[in-house]
Amino acid sequence: MSDVAISTEVLLAAEGITKTFPGVRALEDVSLRVRAGRLLALLGENGAGKSTLMNVLSGVFPPDAGTIRLGDGESVSFANPHAAQARGISIVHQELNLVPGLSIAENIWLGREPRSSSGFIDYRRLHADTAAILARLDLNVSPDTLVGDLRVGQQQLVEIGKALSTRARVLILDEPTSSLSSHEVEVLFGVIAELKKQGVGLVYITHKFEELARLCDDVVIMRDGRVVGEALYSELTRERIVQLMAGRESKDVFQKSTFEPGAEILKVEGVTLAGGGAGRRLLVDDVSLTLHRREVVGIFGLVGAGRTELLEAIFGLHPDRTTGRVLVRGKPVSFRSPADAIRAGLALAPEDRKRDGLILPMSVAANASLASLRRTLRGGLVSRRRESDYILPYVDRFRVKTPSLTQIVVNLSGGNQQKIILAKWLATEPQVLLLDEPTRGIDVNAKREIYAFIDELAGNGLGLIVVSSELPEVLALSDRIVVMCEGRKTAEFTRAEATPERVLHAALPDRASLAS
Amino acid sequence: MPLSPAIKGQFVQLRSLIALVLMTIALSLLSPHFLTTDNGINILRQVSINMCLSIGMTLVILSGGIDLSVGAILGFAGAIAAGLVKNGLSIPGTDVHLQFTTSGAILAGVLVGALLGFHNGVAITRFRLPPFIATLGMLSIARGLAFLWTGGFPITGLGADFGFIGTGAWLGVPLPVWIMAAFIVLFLVVTKRTRFGRHLYAVGGNERAARLTGLNVSRIKIAVYTLAGALAGVAGLIVTARLDSAQPNAGLSYELDAIAAVVIGGTSLSGGRGTIFGTVLGCLIIGVLNNGLFLLNVPPMLQYVIKGYVILVAVAIDQASAPRNRDS
Ligand SMILES: Nc1ncnc2c1ncn2[C@@H]1O[C@H](COP(=O)(O)OP(=O)(O)OP(=O)(O)O)[C@@H](O)[C@H]1O
Ligand SMILES: [Mg+2]
Repeated sequence: MSDVAISTEVLLAAEGITKTFPGVRALEDVSLRVRAGRLLALLGENGAGKSTLMNVLSGVFPPDAGTIRLGDGESVSFANPHAAQARGISIVHQELNLVPGLSIAENIWLGREPRSSSGFIDYRRLHADTAAILARLDLNVSPDTLVGDLRVGQQQLVEIGKALSTRARVLILDEPTSSLSSHEVEVLFGVIAELKKQGVGLVYITHKFEELARLCDDVVIMRDGRVVGEALYSELTRERIVQLMAGRESKDVFQKSTFEPGAEILKVEGVTLAGGGAGRRLLVDDVSLTLHRREVVGIFGLVGAGRTELLEAIFGLHPDRTTGRVLVRGKPVSFRSPADAIRAGLALAPEDRKRDGLILPMSVAANASLASLRRTLRGGLVSRRRESDYILPYVDRFRVKTPSLTQIVVNLSGGNQQKIILAKWLATEPQVLLLDEPTRGIDVNAKREIYAFIDELAGNGLGLIVVSSELPEVLALSDRIVVMCEGRKTAEFTRAEATPERVLHAALPDRASLAS
Repeated sequence: MPLSPAIKGQFVQLRSLIALVLMTIALSLLSPHFLTTDNGINILRQVSINMCLSIGMTLVILSGGIDLSVGAILGFAGAIAAGLVKNGLSIPGTDVHLQFTTSGAILAGVLVGALLGFHNGVAITRFRLPPFIATLGMLSIARGLAFLWTGGFPITGLGADFGFIGTGAWLGVPLPVWIMAAFIVLFLVVTKRTRFGRHLYAVGGNERAARLTGLNVSRIKIAVYTLAGALAGVAGLIVTARLDSAQPNAGLSYELDAIAAVVIGGTSLSGGRGTIFGTVLGCLIIGVLNNGLFLLNVPPMLQYVIKGYVILVAVAIDQASAPRNRDS
């Protein structure tokens, strides 16, 4: 095995890369080689420097020190991502970077539009080339569809299509599956296998270890901006990886406590949410559930099952399109806006951090305190001191990696941004906490800490609803599991009843049409 | 975790401050008339009108909008106050004729500004018009109203009491400068230390997230445009009182100077980033430049060209040093 690795051609090599931001040493003397036909998994905790390293390799910004070499040994420095692309290096970023108002075709070929002999954009070829890429990604939509009309997972596939369109020799994928459905993940894995056969070198960043067995050849592990481990995947165990990532013996696995459920705190009866578009398809169709104090209810479903929409409907985000009854502590409520819901003791930590969760140009402190600003007032004015005193325990609790509370939130790593959202909503001291994909982009250790925290909150008397696409997560956390499919509730299981097969089965569409 | 200062924001302002200091030094060397107390006060008085507009414009731009109507509102509010103080108000179709005291007329001017600003806010939130369009419409509406109200002729001879707003002084400092200083302090506190201020940045930074956080986005926006209108009203009073005359054309294209001051001060046109302090510097830079070019006898047409380039260069520098978006 190892002689194969040595004999394959190096396509891209980073040597001694160092990069600092104000207050943060993001990369320190990092070296790494990308080989033809192999997939290198880049692993590490949130804020370890993975995305930063890939940004350097793909020309987003230059390193402070170190060299980048291409396969032939030529040392290169890229002025911008275009220059890197021209030398065969493409990247799919952790966050989407698409223009919602342009079509899929226009997005994919943005700045590289094929031209006809007269100099105008050759729409025929644009269309045909895009259709070919979409077919490869098994995306059944017209190339003319506006990107803004696509689901997040589909948008992610368009991003991947954009990278494929460059016919790169080196392809970097930064957490590409964080918003993909399981089918979409399969398609992506197929494409990756095909690329490997063609001799493309891949770098793959993920926090989902299950994915590695299928794809991975080599592993590089980073911690605090340095490479702390480098090996063939076959030589590593999961435990060893986790330990290297954390730099300490990793703690026991998460063990859920069982509490005696308390009084009913939230009841949802026949909640229905009509779609906003012309089709008026029901996004949520007659869903009922109850939640007690000291209880965690998991909502499982495939992407598009209407779970996010259900939480939004409960939270008063679409008052004009929602019907049905919501009761809080036994009293009927009708939320006209999220402000009403927050006043009643609810909190919703949304799934899409860039779109719904964060005010990117504001500081860590201002984001974390935004929903509970009232508590930071002194004499009617916001007191910076009170604000940081109030917010700090929450930020510390999640071990957010940031040089200071005044750091602008855009500058945090993806996983740390996610932690800020959790901190922000916990700071409102809610009684009902709705969590939508709370661990998206969060590293394994932090994930376990968040599980423990959810457990602790339930013990303190909160009622929690956790929406997740990860079955193991739902199974590990929930006292009861509600399964949704195509807007409807298809099943409900107690913890004892829930097996992976039963839950998954209830989430699949064919069963839904057979049921009841 | 230490609370270190937000280095980047400070840096932008530091740069504006350095630019201002350098300009001041250069002009002092070039013209013997520049660095005098009289000229300093003169500059501040000239700047005060744009300052009122720019403070309002800062709030609007921070919230993610733009207000093209402040110049026109200035004109109409000034005309209303002048008309009321001079002629009072006859209500058509009745015998009722209302006399206005000077303070009553002043109040009415500010209220009319606030009302038109409120109109902007409602058009933008309830009727979902883009701010550019809503305020472009208002630009025309307010200017038209000013002409209708004045019949197209200046209203002059407004009395010493009214004139005091523009020409009066206290402790040797003109009243407009005091008004300007009061607004600067007030809105520094409002933007930095109040919940409304925080909410303003949040709405401009990410409207969807702000709404999910429980902020009443519409109310915040309406408040912002109403404040901008009221501030334009105050500016209208100062202009009118200083000239002892309300011109229907007063404030023509003043919105451009206000936008320029905000942008030179480092506030991002896409909303959510910027400061009142930056705008104060931006206003002073424009004021010092205007004054300097005048003292140096630069031909007026050339002044326009130079001012245009100052704006372009300021924003270009800002762009070049702006933090590049991660992952893009
Ligand atoms: N533009 C920037 N300005 C300041 N600090 C930055 C910037 N970009 C990254 N950082 C910091 O560099 C460190 C590494 O960030 P990076 O995004 O590379 O982490 P990551 O390994 O990709 O984490 P995640 O798994 O959460 O995505 C973090 O502490 C982050 O806050
Ligand atoms: Mg990352």
